[in-house]
Amino acid sequence: MKTSIGTEIPEFIDKKKGRGRLKPFEGAWTRLQKGWMDEPTVSLPTKAKMPHVSKMEKDLKTAIEKTGPRDGMTVSFHHHLRNGDAIVNLTIDILAELGIKNITLAASSLTSVHRHLIPYLEDGTITEIWTSGMRDELGTAVSMGKLAYRAVIHSHGGRARAIRTGELSIDLAVLAASAADEEGNATGCHGPSAFGSMGYAIMDARYAKQVIVVTDNIVPYPCFPVSIEQTNVDYVVKVDSLGDVKKIASGTTRITKKPLDLRLASLCAQVIEHSGYMENGFSFQVGAGGASLAAAKYVNETMKKRGIKGSFLLGGVTSYVVELMEQGLFESVFDVQSFDAAVSSSLLNNRNHIEISSDMYANPFNCGSMINKLDVVVLGALAVDVNFNVNVITGSEGTIMGASGGHCDTAAGAKLTVVVCPSFRGRIPSIKRNVHHIVTPGESVHVIVTERGICVNPAYKDLEARLKKAGLFIRDIHDLHDRVDKLTGVPDPIEYKDRVVAVIEYRDGTTIDVVRQIKC
Amino acid sequence: MGNRRSRKRRSMLYIPGNNAAMIQQGGVYGADCILLDLEDSIAPGEKDAARILLKHMIPSVNFYGAEVVVRVNHPDTPFGHDDLREIVPIQPDALRLPKIESADDVLRTIRLIEEIESAHGLPHDRLTVHAMIETAVGVENALSIAKASPRISSVTIGGQDLAADMGISLEKNSRGLDYASQRIVMAAKAARIEAMDTVFVDVDDEEGLREAARHAKEMGFTGKAAINPRQIEVINEVFTPTEQEITRAIDVVSAYNRHKAAGVGVFALHGKMVDAPVVARALHVLDLADIDPETL
Repeated sequence: MKTSIGTEIPEFIDKKKGRGRLKPFEGAWTRLQKGWMDEPTVSLPTKAKMPHVSKMEKDLKTAIEKTGPRDGMTVSFHHHLRNGDAIVNLTIDILAELGIKNITLAASSLTSVHRHLIPYLEDGTITEIWTSGMRDELGTAVSMGKLAYRAVIHSHGGRARAIRTGELSIDLAVLAASAADEEGNATGCHGPSAFGSMGYAIMDARYAKQVIVVTDNIVPYPCFPVSIEQTNVDYVVKVDSLGDVKKIASGTTRITKKPLDLRLASLCAQVIEHSGYMENGFSFQVGAGGASLAAAKYVNETMKKRGIKGSFLLGGVTSYVVELMEQGLFESVFDVQSFDAAVSSSLLNNRNHIEISSDMYANPFNCGSMINKLDVVVLGALAVDVNFNVNVITGSEGTIMGASGGHCDTAAGAKLTVVVCPSFRGRIPSIKRNVHHIVTPGESVHVIVTERGICVNPAYKDLEARLKKAGLFIRDIHDLHDRVDKLTGVPDPIEYKDRVVAVIEYRDGTTIDVVRQIKC
Repeated sequence: MGNRRSRKRRSMLYIPGNNAAMIQQGGVYGADCILLDLEDSIAPGEKDAARILLKHMIPSVNFYGAEVVVRVNHPDTPFGHDDLREIVPIQPDALRLPKIESADDVLRTIRLIEEIESAHGLPHDRLTVHAMIETAVGVENALSIAKASPRISSVTIGGQDLAADMGISLEKNSRGLDYASQRIVMAAKAARIEAMDTVFVDVDDEEGLREAARHAKEMGFTGKAAINPRQIEVINEVFTPTEQEITRAIDVVSAYNRHKAAGVGVFALHGKMVDAPVVARALHVLDLADIDPETL
């Protein structure tokens, strides 16, 4: 069957756990118009603890054994430890040692360090994955069909939705914290492995049937700020290390010095300046990637020049974004994920820097998340197509190598969505007739900024007129696509097998695209 | 490549002539001129490769309207004649001739250029020449160099070589090249051609670059060279008239147009005298700001 944007998806994938039937994507905002949704809201698990009985367990294995692990269970994790994470691998090692099979791995995202899990895909320990993204060898392994069932690629808002509606039902959440007390109150704001916000863990803690908090830093009761509440935590484990501290507590994210990224960022800032949305009280989100973050630098300069003061900054937060608030250019920062450790101290000490859950950040199925109040977002892309559809999940070889993140969430929410993307990387064009896989539908993308011209979605004529009036180099995306193809040539199409290895969910739970197994 | 005489030359990006990736991306950064180098940035063993690369890339790459300038080696080197033989026939917008010390020096190269042009049936008035002054002798001969030929559209100062020739080091904010700069600028003004300032070598020092560009603008340079694309925006910004300058220029030219119709050549505007030089300066500002005086 076809989605509303023409992607071809099967009606059924597999019948595991009764989740085989796919709902086709109907449009970025179509389902939201209903208001009261058909999906259920799952109730929180009801549990009790006796007074003064310790939740502390001597090690993670003991704690896991107490949760009653079983075949077919779903185990969840957050990805706030970035590429320094050891807890996902350690937990799955233990479950494998206990002989547990058929696990659904539900990590808010997976990074290069999780290549360690590939043998568990091959031996049937892990048979299903729910995640925002996968990198390197793990992404390639899934693309090659090493997972018994399919993976589900969701957005951050989509994950919150899936947990709330029970589509993603978590049996055990193992949540790493840089500080916690013996009752399970936990935070990522302080401690030797401080990593900042625990925004993606909050929904897991609330809805998982059982929760283990793992920390390298037990602090006297009570631990605060309370990112994870003790009322949701079953067991607490002290470990020697959460992983590679250098990669967990990575320092300040610096603005890129790459000329091309800076050029893209400068053009992006000019688009924002002349879009009509940069005015007092505007809200703003940028990513941590080269050109996206650099755009914040140029926006900063323009705001100062024009005497503009914004409202709130949202999303994944870098120390540079915190600086914007500290300089008085924005009132507050709402932080679902901190991209560098320097953010932690701000989150701890600045009352205008507020930790939020993924539900508050971007869940489409609640009474309105913060992306609904977002004015401007700057996003990156692996590739875009002439219909403004964006791929942030698969690379030029068709294998999974990226992450959905908050891309489609923020694009759907923002009044102005700007995607920055070089027109080609190496010799591979990034502007395509059709992207390999769609994560964010073109209808929610307003502008694509490349070094060879700025393309405005034809659905937004007024915006195009404003940018043209400002003297920006606006060109038709088909024209840009033709030019880029002339420079790079057209890559041969990728050959896939029929089997679906990953479903790309739109934020509302419909399927916007599928990734099929690559031929190799 | 295109109309060279009326174009802006605020920034000129240096790109080594043997770097295909950089050449191909050269036009996307907003530089007014792209300088494709065959001289100092190319090792002797790479000279022929760079020359061949430029010969093929210049006609096929889109530089997005930037003026394309090739810096060739001096004809007294083993590479200069080959450079001219390969590059002149493809007619970039301009050739930059390094280490020019006298009018004879530049005229000799222009004769070589014209011989090649004639051999290829090309006109002698399309390709212009930038004379690069990089020695003490060249500085002292600046005026005769600037006026040596109508094909010379710009004189430029080669700061690093000149400092070496003078035996001085170029520290930040040093003023050791001020005399040479002023002399070259004045020669350019006298010849009614443009003067381009030298590079600023610390690519991480944005404020230092801004200050150096401001100083160059105050001295009368029409633009400044960049060694990294990151420098272009700052240079363009400094050499672009400010809003205040543009407003003032619009006022002057509008008033001039009104008075001209009444046959008045000198008049007062906001209490200040406006005469032909003031109008000429205002027209120059409008030109830099891409405003057509006829529309005022």
